[in-house]
Amino acid sequence: MSIATVAVEPAASNLRLLSGNHACALGAIAAGCRFFAGYPITPSSEIAERLSRELPRVDGVFIQMEDEIASIAAVIGASMGGAKAMTATSGPGFSLKQENLGYAALAEIPCVIVNVMRGGPSTGMPTRPAQGDIMQARWGSHGDFPVIVLAPGSVREIYEETIRAFALAETYRTPVTVLYDQSIAQLLETVELKQPGAPVERKWASGPPEKYQPYAPLDNGVPAMARPGDGYRSHTTGLTHAENGFPTQTPEVVERNIGRLLGKLERHRAAIESFQTLRCEDADVVVVAVGISARAAGSAVAACRAKGIRAGMFRPITLWPFPEEALRRAASGARAVLVPEMNAGQMRLEVERVLGRDVRIEGLHKISGDPIDPAAITARIEALCI
Amino acid sequence: MNDPIVLEGNAAVEEFDVRKYIRLQMMPHFLCPGCGHGIALRALLWAVHELGIDKDRLAVVSGIGCAGRLSAYIDANTFHVTHGRPLAFASGLALVRPDLHVVVITGDGDCLAIGGNHFIHTCRRNLKLTCLMLNNEVYGMTGGQVSPTTSETRITTTTQLGNAEPHFDACALAAAAGAGFVGREVTHHVPKLKDVMRAALEHPGFAFVEVMSDCTEIFGRKNDMGSSPEMILRQKSEIRPSAYRDTVETPFRPNTLPTGVLMCNERPEYGAAYRQYAQTVKSAGDGKQKRG
Repeated sequence: MSIATVAVEPAASNLRLLSGNHACALGAIAAGCRFFAGYPITPSSEIAERLSRELPRVDGVFIQMEDEIASIAAVIGASMGGAKAMTATSGPGFSLKQENLGYAALAEIPCVIVNVMRGGPSTGMPTRPAQGDIMQARWGSHGDFPVIVLAPGSVREIYEETIRAFALAETYRTPVTVLYDQSIAQLLETVELKQPGAPVERKWASGPPEKYQPYAPLDNGVPAMARPGDGYRSHTTGLTHAENGFPTQTPEVVERNIGRLLGKLERHRAAIESFQTLRCEDADVVVVAVGISARAAGSAVAACRAKGIRAGMFRPITLWPFPEEALRRAASGARAVLVPEMNAGQMRLEVERVLGRDVRIEGLHKISGDPIDPAAITARIEALCI
Repeated sequence: MNDPIVLEGNAAVEEFDVRKYIRLQMMPHFLCPGCGHGIALRALLWAVHELGIDKDRLAVVSGIGCAGRLSAYIDANTFHVTHGRPLAFASGLALVRPDLHVVVITGDGDCLAIGGNHFIHTCRRNLKLTCLMLNNEVYGMTGGQVSPTTSETRITTTTQLGNAEPHFDACALAAAAGAGFVGREVTHHVPKLKDVMRAALEHPGFAFVEVMSDCTEIFGRKNDMGSSPEMILRQKSEIRPSAYRDTVETPFRPNTLPTGVLMCNERPEYGAAYRQYAQTVKSAGDGKQKRG
């Protein structure tokens, strides 16, 4: 997790010194993203700036829209047309995008939304890091809806998780949010840009158009999508719809379709979940952290181990759906769990829900606009061991 | 990227039969008796027929409200999106699929109130899209509230003492914001309405058509405007077709509402301009610009 010290080869090397936001842009290109619509907002604007240069070179389209809402709307529109599409924003813009994010979830339109978290609430601290959008990323839009949220913890991981975000969005026909904070967004690290295999393609409708049902699930619970021009002439709506794509309010049809939608990701949890465990096997104290806070936690675990304190770390990379079983396993032998996060205690709520009352759970919250110091985590681990 | 559309026209112009262009399984439609929206929908499909547009290549994006519901009745690739945002959705679709005819159907509230920002910027950008705004002066779907095009003094459920706000002239707004094509027609003149829509569909850039529709049930009734024919005839009496633009005023007949093709220019289309820019970047190798 430490900054790589490998020398950059002058030629033909895949090693690049990149910021998190640039890594995100390059990850999107590698994943096959061919449409980006965005609106300037600190601290995510470098993603748009980089993609405005990269996309035309690969026959893609970049557009700066008139506002945040238009950006995600254009992204969903492009995805409806068959392109892999992405937008990027920060807290205020993420709030504005929520209605259309819910539309993409219900209409099952694949898309990727990057949210570079900054200090909130409201305009907050545009240039300071925070992790205050963890719950918004899960529950931000109205109603019950499925969503995948990935929380990379390094520049390399931003590159890799952006690629994975597209694969998940296309496979499960769902919006995927890539969630990281200002400090990793603008951190420079050396990254090996591994070229992924062929981009993952969503399942397109095939077979006779008269038999096509836009929302009838395939074996994996995900319906095949009709590409405009392929002869299916289907209807897509944000109204609650039946398998034929048209609006319905028939209770049993609604129950069946919304039930499938909500169960869609749960069914593939094993394939979606990802996490990192660090020395949890014998740990007395398990630290649960994401993103930049997990980097501090990793250092704290090392410092504690050096002092003979058995500390470990559990880091969700897939933040939603939350890797519940893995956390239960990692914390099964722990006396205490510490949740350091740059908010007033959002992920702690989820950790409490998953682990229940059998283990002592404490939060270490920082809302000052500074990242959490490894020493602060070390001190709290030590205090929990007494 | 697919090649941009080329209109070839319907060579063997067969008789227009609306049933070939609608989803019959969705009939009967949900519009109120007397509503002008059905006339507008028919005129659009007639124009589509005359131009020989392949239904598989037709994408219709609509917003929320009575006008927004029309997309579900059209046998094409149809997208019923969020309130006020159809132009933004359609922009993304049209940019990645220049091989499709992308038509937006929106209402006065959808287009000018909640979607006002998208509207002026879509006009400015001049991306190839055809936008039909069905103006019935009211939020019909939600029960008859005042809209940005409700005439002054009119009674609605949220202006029960009369509307004190001036209304938008959507065509003037579109023209001022830079739309390449602006047209307006009343539902009384169906062939003319079809012709304006046809010209809009043929226009290479952003084309905006305002259809003066009538909401008999929810707006007309509250304002003692009579039945649908009376409302439509009243609209007809108020228009000033573009053909008569230069004639002298008729005394006692205000005829103030301009109709027909109000503006048409050959401003560069955004999609084509972007693709050309992209081609230049690609042929210049890595596309990096030298810094001075």
